[in-house]
Amino acid sequence: MIRAVGGRVLRFVLTLFATSVLVFAFMRILPGDPAEVVLGTGATEEALERTRAEFGLDRPLAEQYWDWVSGIPVGDFGVSFITGEDISPVVLDRLAVSLILVVSAMALALLVAVPLGTWAAVRHRRADGIAISAATQFGIAVPNFLAGMLLVAVFALGLGWLPANSWMPPAYDPVQFVLHLILPVVALAAVQAAVMTRYVRTAMLDVMGEDWMRTARAKGLSTFQALRRHGLRNAALPVLTVSGIQLTTLVIGAVVIEQVFVIPGIGSELLTAVAGRDLLTVQSVVMLLALITLTVNFTVDLLYLVLDPRTAVQR
Amino acid sequence: MTATQARSAGASRDDALVTVTGLRVDAGPDRLVHPLDLTIRAGERVGLIGESGSGKTLTALSLIGLLPDELRHGGTVALRDSSDDLLNAPERELCGLRGRRISMVFQEPMTALNPLMQVGKQVSEVLTQHRTLPNRREVRERVLGLLESVRLPDPERLLRAYPHQLSGGQRQRIMLAMAFANDPDLLICDEPTTALDVTVQRQVLDLLDEAVRSRGTSLLFVSHDLAVVARTCDRVLVMQHGRVVESGSVTDVLTAPRHDYTKQLLAASRLEPTAGGARRGAGSPPETGSGAGAGAPTGSEGPAGTERPAGAAELSEAAEPLIRVSGLHRTHRSRRRTVHALKNVDLQVRAGDRIGIVGESGSGKTTLLKILAGLDRPTSGSVSVCGVDVARASKRSMRRLREQLQTVFQDPMGSLDPRMTVREIVEEPLIGHSGARSGRERRELTARSLESVGIPASAAERYPHQFSGGQRQRISIARALVTDPDVLVADEPVSALDVSVQAQVLALLNRLVDERGLTLLMVSHDLAVVRHLCDRIVVMRHGEVVEAGPAERVYGAPEDDYTRALLEATPSLDRVLAEKPSRGGTGDRPPQP
Repeated sequence: MIRAVGGRVLRFVLTLFATSVLVFAFMRILPGDPAEVVLGTGATEEALERTRAEFGLDRPLAEQYWDWVSGIPVGDFGVSFITGEDISPVVLDRLAVSLILVVSAMALALLVAVPLGTWAAVRHRRADGIAISAATQFGIAVPNFLAGMLLVAVFALGLGWLPANSWMPPAYDPVQFVLHLILPVVALAAVQAAVMTRYVRTAMLDVMGEDWMRTARAKGLSTFQALRRHGLRNAALPVLTVSGIQLTTLVIGAVVIEQVFVIPGIGSELLTAVAGRDLLTVQSVVMLLALITLTVNFTVDLLYLVLDPRTAVQR
Repeated sequence: MTATQARSAGASRDDALVTVTGLRVDAGPDRLVHPLDLTIRAGERVGLIGESGSGKTLTALSLIGLLPDELRHGGTVALRDSSDDLLNAPERELCGLRGRRISMVFQEPMTALNPLMQVGKQVSEVLTQHRTLPNRREVRERVLGLLESVRLPDPERLLRAYPHQLSGGQRQRIMLAMAFANDPDLLICDEPTTALDVTVQRQVLDLLDEAVRSRGTSLLFVSHDLAVVARTCDRVLVMQHGRVVESGSVTDVLTAPRHDYTKQLLAASRLEPTAGGARRGAGSPPETGSGAGAGAPTGSEGPAGTERPAGAAELSEAAEPLIRVSGLHRTHRSRRRTVHALKNVDLQVRAGDRIGIVGESGSGKTTLLKILAGLDRPTSGSVSVCGVDVARASKRSMRRLREQLQTVFQDPMGSLDPRMTVREIVEEPLIGHSGARSGRERRELTARSLESVGIPASAAERYPHQFSGGQRQRISIARALVTDPDVLVADEPVSALDVSVQAQVLALLNRLVDERGLTLLMVSHDLAVVRHLCDRIVVMRHGEVVEAGPAERVYGAPEDDYTRALLEATPSLDRVLAEKPSRGGTGDRPPQP
């Protein structure tokens, strides 16, 4: 077990390292001199030289890389070339906003998908089970920004129950924070719930056809007891894998939803930085997104070890 | 104890424990089980025989109320003291009976246990579910006792083991422990030992026998294997196409069958050696052995090929053997351990030989075939097949070798690509072969090959799923023979087939090998099947050859202990029936506990 965990930690660290090198290299390969971006095209060669030296862009690449990467573990991404401000406070703040959005959306999606998918599996031959399947098909087809706009049209503009957009920090006003969160989270979760319901349904159907479920029934467990005690944990394995993948796509999906609801998340930060050619901020945000993705996958790997005794090294 | 006493009292009154009246099962318009009556008395052991699709498993599942939901059923199943109509009883009532008064053991031990739950917990669940025992400590004690009673080693440690850490035999013992946990009145076993090796099968059957007899449990034993049913049961029902075609005491039905189908089954399960053995077996010296080096196991008849008795020369004018294996090792290494799949195997096969390789799972027999077919590489040792050094052959000479050596695999369901037509499947080995042929020639050869195995060429445009298991195995054989090979390698060619189909496919193989003068190498766990087709036998265990020689000698006078154990463990109908009368007397009256 310890060996298995160690192997996964090592893999996680190595992947992180490789990712950071890639992100760094990619940003340097892109055409465009940061000094020129700051000073404008009319700047003299001397002024450019001076600015490069000021940003440390004249140093060897390895040194620049180390300078950047060694700051990441302590949350120091350096100073933006464009704004001249520390990147970390802004980026981390906005990341927090996005994570609140994404994690609530995923939680909501699973909260809906697990019971709904199970229900659809148990009743897969009945009208209600088929109806759930059909509804998820529809849910997948609706892009989340459209769902967001429809929700705003109905619940904010039409009924006036909820605020249409913007963000309220939780420390400021907890009630308003929740109210502002509802529509974007539902918009983001709707598609996820539809996708996850289908996966849960398939996983449950597979599990229900397993021989050991029949064994459980033969012991005297009711269908429901067998599902709860034996089925769920087994069905959780494939669902967990998919959840990991879906969670990372949610982070990307949030970029669009943040635009629709005018939320100051990491997505809008990234877009602003790209538009402003703020090289170091883009680099840091991309690295953070990669870090999140890898952390999710790493966590899924570890959960697998806990859930499935077969994945740990056999004694 | 009181339950057992009550049951014994019941037995002496001779009344029925389970009464099935007019049971029928339908899937849509198709009738899967035709109205069936069956009575099982207390302590009686009833066998249900039939081939796949005969309705025997559905009948068994009806008795425990576990028929798949999509099937409709009719008739009644009554369980004494509990229910007049199990089939229509509410689910809650059934849950209270399953695992308590009626238990079931299933066929596939590999999948019958929850892979994510410790086996101790899976056994204790059947106790806690029915609140049989007052507290956890007693549950634990009982589980340990159960594991001990099914002779599992180190029960304390096993409590926390997961199913994947156990062997198939051990898992089936866990299933038995589970089934007996609440001392049920009726135990239903659906092919409980079919997936096990013969020696393991014997142990599990002994255990089952003992447990059922000592507790006076009634048994419904479903199997396709007549010998296994004969040794376990008192009474037997034979099913075909959803109908019971014959029933009666084991001795009556299996010694004097009245129905044609029973006769057919009996004939199919008694495989006699074919002419092949008699034809050439006498003079053929055993040239196979293990360990030319130090520590050679008993049974090897000296270093391979060094001495050859007179009379051998006439058999093989070409002195060079077709297949020559010497000092073959195949080792799988992982970080944690090293597995020796093959250890110092020597083997020589001459043109026209029919070699049968027998052994249990994990004995290395399939690895050996794979290496001969060029599908796996030896770790060390030399392997030459049809003059090609398999270990060092170029791609091109391997390709030529594959024309001369073709393989028939075990599973006719899995070994044919479901998206290719039969013609495409059979034709494929011809494509890219040395003698590049035109499309028309290929089609002709394909048609001829199909006809030779009894599949009409007109069926060539159909897909594998449109054929039965036996037909699919014929298609596999047609595919193997289309290149007109010298050597036919068959890996458990009939083990996935019903006995009557098995007999047909074996007859076909026998004819083709004879007609074409093929050299046959067949792997099987079934000693009767090997004896039927082969004239020389190689017995393998743990990657080594423990005994080799002419079939009659190996079967008649085995020299190695393991060969003897294998032969003894193989259920033989005749042997069981010969012993039956002495057992039958006590059969209906279980010994008082």
